Amino acid sequence: MALSGLDIFKKLPKTNCKDCGFPTCLAFAMQLAAGKVELEKCPHVSEEAKKDLAEASQPPVLKVEVGSGDQSFIVGEETVMFRHDRTFVNASAFAVTVKDDMDDRQIEETVKDINSISYERVGETLTINAVCIKNSSGDRSKFLDAVSKVSSLTGKPMIFVSGDAETLKEAAEKFKDRRPLIHAAKKDNIEVFEGINRDTGCPIVVRGETIDEVIEITEKLREAGVKNVVIDAGTRDLKSDFVNQVAIRAAAVKKQERRLGYPTIVFPDEMTDDLHKEALIASLFVAKYGAIIVLSGTDRQNIFPLLIYRQNIYTDPRRPMQVEEKVYEINNPDENSPILITTNFSLTYFIISGEVEASKVPSWLLVMNVEGQSVLTAWAAGKFVPELIAQFVKKSGITEKVKRKEIIIPGYVAQLQGELEDELGEGWKISVGPREAGEVPKFLKSYAAK
Amino acid sequence: MVFEIPKNSYNGKINNLKLGVGNSQIMVGGEAALPFHGFEGDIPNRPIIAMEVYDAEPSGWPETVSKYFKDVFSDPVKWARKNIEEYGADAICLKLTRIAPDGENQGPEEAAELTKKVRESIDKPLIVYGTGPIEKIAEVMKRVSERNADSNILMGWAEEDSYKTIAAAAMGYNNNVISLNQLDVNIAKQLNILLTQLGLSPDRIAMDPASSGLGYGLEYCHSAMERLKIAALLQDDKMTQMPIINDIAPEVWKVKEVKESEANYPEWGDQEERGINWEAISCMSLLISGSNILVMRHPGAVSLIKQMIDMLL
Repeated sequence: MALSGLDIFKKLPKTNCKDCGFPTCLAFAMQLAAGKVELEKCPHVSEEAKKDLAEASQPPVLKVEVGSGDQSFIVGEETVMFRHDRTFVNASAFAVTVKDDMDDRQIEETVKDINSISYERVGETLTINAVCIKNSSGDRSKFLDAVSKVSSLTGKPMIFVSGDAETLKEAAEKFKDRRPLIHAAKKDNIEVFEGINRDTGCPIVVRGETIDEVIEITEKLREAGVKNVVIDAGTRDLKSDFVNQVAIRAAAVKKQERRLGYPTIVFPDEMTDDLHKEALIASLFVAKYGAIIVLSGTDRQNIFPLLIYRQNIYTDPRRPMQVEEKVYEINNPDENSPILITTNFSLTYFIISGEVEASKVPSWLLVMNVEGQSVLTAWAAGKFVPELIAQFVKKSGITEKVKRKEIIIPGYVAQLQGELEDELGEGWKISVGPREAGEVPKFLKSYAAK
Repeated sequence: MVFEIPKNSYNGKINNLKLGVGNSQIMVGGEAALPFHGFEGDIPNRPIIAMEVYDAEPSGWPETVSKYFKDVFSDPVKWARKNIEEYGADAICLKLTRIAPDGENQGPEEAAELTKKVRESIDKPLIVYGTGPIEKIAEVMKRVSERNADSNILMGWAEEDSYKTIAAAAMGYNNNVISLNQLDVNIAKQLNILLTQLGLSPDRIAMDPASSGLGYGLEYCHSAMERLKIAALLQDDKMTQMPIINDIAPEVWKVKEVKESEANYPEWGDQEERGINWEAISCMSLLISGSNILVMRHPGAVSLIKQMIDMLL
């Protein structure tokens, strides 16, 4: 159970030294209890108190790490039901399935394809996180062969799925250095999985037909000291699985139910044969509490939008997404092409660059770093003002690229026109663009024709 | 032991919005639980899908979606019927583009006449959106409401600077109004307060949170809607209890991720399938954050979303 602010206060130094940034130890304790600050902010807390508080300050959904090396991923550590309450912490991990009854060539192609998926967006690289290897053949040696094949082809974390506990035990022992996720402990074979976890350190999935059954298993695993647990409460029926996801998160977050305080795994690939529906089910679980999401294949038209959706939902609502400050070339501009300027708030950038692109007018887009604020906000905060804009324009390198020394500013900051011309000097002209992005294409077409 | 789901206790519910009359009437909203949380409260009405019809041939649509409507682009009545008969639309969302002053600048009378003609030729409710400056839209909607008196059409839109004309038009002729807000809970509330103070009944309002699509700010819309629904249901805030309409189709179908071919971007996959996913995933996100009316375009995405709603309810 989580401790109250007062419980925590008792374990703090009670010196009110303010080193944590709060006026009193009690105020700090209250913030700790609410999960709003980390214990590390207090430089004076004793080792003993740290240990005592560690369990209590653990997030309601425990952290689980799958895989080893630089491609491992972390799930869990979630603290809220809704992203606007604070933020979602660790983005859902996507896994793609490989079945052990595929032939070698199919396995190789699939794994290479999984490896090759990579999209750059808003300064992040979006990829598939794991390979889920299923013992579809029911044969132990086939499974071990498939695992061996996959492990030689990728450094990505693996998920082992088999109905046979002994097969999983053997695979886990053989590949424990890769720290695969093992699916799944059921109520009749818990001891085997306690053993697997103890001997190999591999994280374990618990599968129950009902949430009661899940609790029964996780309770035993807790008693045995097994911490790396992932829950599969899957009936593979969309409606019940959705309700289960909501119920598990609510129990963990609102009731501090430790026995359900683990990340979950969901299997959209087993819920439908229709790839569109699979993508939609996966998207539902991105927003509604699926920590690991298993997909059937690598079709780009499904994966690409899903990866973008995951990025959208797991964006921290407290921090605006930013794009890189630089000169963006759109539609192959030349030395006479129009130059537009805007701020590096990712939405502003995406919307403006989309409209410029749609206009088909070759253009330069200067994107200035204002810590991810929109044009008006940045102007009001004194970050998008003539002096700073002029500095940015001069160091951006645009001056060497163009002959036409004229910059289009957003319509909302038309008032900057005169002062910015003065700041830039050297014959630069400023013209005022439209207020709304939707009017940019029309504006650019007539501007370029001038 | 028997596990019990920790349930929300709801104090409020979403208003019932009546669309259409007689046999074509449907109810929207009315739920007393978060989206698809049927285990916590009553969800009497399904979210509905309105499909778009334009008053003129639209430009800039990718072939992957325009091919389904090419034969009806020139005839809004046929287009509306096709949406209903072939693609299963629950309602029609007619977009008046010809009224824009920087385009054809069509007058209110002609626009209103078209809305009446479309409404009378379909057996589903009608939603009408105008394009152009809000003053022109209000002027047109005044006439639209008059020509469609007592038929519970839904008219878009009112915003904080300009709401009186359209609200009066709705009140005078028993129609409904969309209140537009820019992803902001407080602005949404403020506008609803202004509209109701004018005498417009709260159950004649739908809220449009200025939807954004996948990859272009969808998360802002998702969270703004979740906050609106939480305020409405858990805090019983009357000024957030209006059903939500998302005019999402234009946001989805204008982005390069649906317009570019697979030849140009092989790593993005099949263009049409990708476009369907783009629209459907955007809609799925809006559904689970509280949409009551989705305005959609691609028949494939419409069919998928209808099936997902069936599975989740």
